[in-house]
Amino acid sequence: MKPQPLTVHRGIAAPLLTRNIDTDTIIPSREIRRVSKRGLGDGLFAGWRYREAGSREPDPEFVLNLEEYRDASILLAGANFGCGSSREHAVWALRDFGIRVVLAPSFGSIFHNNCTLNGILAVVVEDASLRRLAEWVEADPRRNQLEIDLRNRVIAWRSADTLEFDIDPARRRLLLQGLDSIAVTLKHAAAIDEFEAVDRNARPWVYRLPDLPPT
Amino acid sequence: MPQSLFDKLWSIHEIADLGQRQSLIHVDRIFLHERTGSIALKSLEQAGRTIRSPESVFCTVDHIVDTRPGRGDSTPVPHGAEFIAATRESARRAGIRFFDVNDPEQGIGHVIAAELGIVLPGTSVVCPDSHTCTLGSLGALAWGIGSTEAEHALATGTLRVARPRSMRVFFGGAVPAGVTPKDLVIHLISRFGSRAASGYAVEFAGPAVDGMPVEGRATLCNMAVEMGAFTGMVAPDATTLRYMRGREYAPAGALWAQAVEHWSALRSDSEAGFDRQLDIDCAVVRPTVTWGTHPEQAIPIGGRVPDPASFEDPHRVRAAVRALEYMELAPGTPTDAVRIDAAFIGSCTNSRLSDLRLAAGFLRGRQVAPWVRALCVPGSSAVKRAAEAEGLDEVFRLAGFEWREAGCSLCFHAGGESFGGQRVISSTNRNFQGRQGPGARTHLGSPLTVAASACRGYLCAAEPAA
Repeated sequence: MKPQPLTVHRGIAAPLLTRNIDTDTIIPSREIRRVSKRGLGDGLFAGWRYREAGSREPDPEFVLNLEEYRDASILLAGANFGCGSSREHAVWALRDFGIRVVLAPSFGSIFHNNCTLNGILAVVVEDASLRRLAEWVEADPRRNQLEIDLRNRVIAWRSADTLEFDIDPARRRLLLQGLDSIAVTLKHAAAIDEFEAVDRNARPWVYRLPDLPPT
Repeated sequence: MPQSLFDKLWSIHEIADLGQRQSLIHVDRIFLHERTGSIALKSLEQAGRTIRSPESVFCTVDHIVDTRPGRGDSTPVPHGAEFIAATRESARRAGIRFFDVNDPEQGIGHVIAAELGIVLPGTSVVCPDSHTCTLGSLGALAWGIGSTEAEHALATGTLRVARPRSMRVFFGGAVPAGVTPKDLVIHLISRFGSRAASGYAVEFAGPAVDGMPVEGRATLCNMAVEMGAFTGMVAPDATTLRYMRGREYAPAGALWAQAVEHWSALRSDSEAGFDRQLDIDCAVVRPTVTWGTHPEQAIPIGGRVPDPASFEDPHRVRAAVRALEYMELAPGTPTDAVRIDAAFIGSCTNSRLSDLRLAAGFLRGRQVAPWVRALCVPGSSAVKRAAEAEGLDEVFRLAGFEWREAGCSLCFHAGGESFGGQRVISSTNRNFQGRQGPGARTHLGSPLTVAASACRGYLCAAEPAA
């Protein structure tokens, strides 16, 4: 499936600056009920968002339940956001909820890749800058929206203030163009065939596998 | 130019340099399971794509399969049976090896991939599961990916990978009696933090690793991801060869000899450089247990739960405050005053035969405390049979443990069985909030610590043999 391209995104940013927010927290395993990438937004942060496991009664103190953050499309997160389990459901849940950008000092590496492949921009922003953004946003979340410009690699905030960011060029290209990475790689099919032909001679034991047992 | 083990593994599998630090990497083996592999197979089918090399793809049921005796497709996990049935159907249509619920070779993917010899030294293996790094213990390049990347690997036999930096973790000094690989790795993570290896491929080395069996190395590599690593690995040596030889999928005869020659070069050259090196003096490590909600929050058993104010980093202070609130622990509490409700031995971290022997060795002739619910879940059906052949199942049962079928079981709560609201000593890898059930408070430790704590009913280490 081709991800939706992302060039410039403007929206409400919700602060969730705890360190080591893991993918079990982003979507508890119990909320994964179908072999599907859809319909997971309801389970996003379920352990924090609802009063009790399995219930849908909102915990009024959780940031995404506050009136002013309900339509947030940007998360300001703590270091190592998305660590832990590789479950891509965490990213599908964020996307389904409407999150398009996450800013954090660092990310779990599998989560970071999963974001990119699903059209969510995960930007590394150093801690002090993130705190400044969070303070400004918190003063008036609906008015103080952030604008993330991936083309020019800048975050626009407070009147004329901007914050530049770095992003891996390969990630940036995938996101800007909304590329299907399988299709991109299949352009290298000849190189893959050639590699395997040579490798089969060099490491024949890797390619000699027993037949499937009869079923 | 001298090369590290990682440099060598990378160059063996590099098809093309894509620029910008990215390479197209050949994937020799793909492992899938019913939780995240099912969606990769389904999505691939829906896109009208096929698997490039079905003979190199393997799929197991481990994550939500029932581990209670007499199991079938139905599981306490709501809709669990649908995941299993969908995976089975997709695997059949795709023509890949599927380790079904009652297949004698079924088990946790990371356990059976090693014990069947599916993953060999010097091979590259991916699985949509973060603990795939476990297989680096064989000298393989093994890393966890998402389902979309799994789809990419299935369709193309490759992945586009940003080259990680290299790190060596050197375990020097003598390992004290009663200290296991699990204690060493939890100690490592707590000492250097949850991000210490982020962006790195980590080689574990040093005399403690050289003297460690493959199964102990698996425990070390398994938890590399808990410090953010791309993967963990150990150079293959004589111990590795002894482990591999004769395994079902391992090469035999002339091919074995050829493979061994190739593998003998898979070690870091003596002058190889690393981007970062961490050193651990094993002599100072004690049996270790976590007190918080990330493996980095750990202390030696016999110590006290730290005061959050004792951390320098304000983020760590806040994380500690939150963790203690969730764990219902006060700063300064001695570990031996922490009363537990449940004990769990299992998971891709510690469910192999050597883990079960270690725990059973302690449990023989002892009893689990009356208020503790204790479970032992072998990592594979083969481990279970081997343990039963030695009578270990009887030792566990007599001590008061439930003896289960193979799978991930209560390492995590998927909506079915749960340690909800309970305090658990667990041989698993993650003590995240709610990981083992809503409100479950998990303390990570070695299988030996789990056994000892289960009997005392409070956190404790097994007294080392004098």
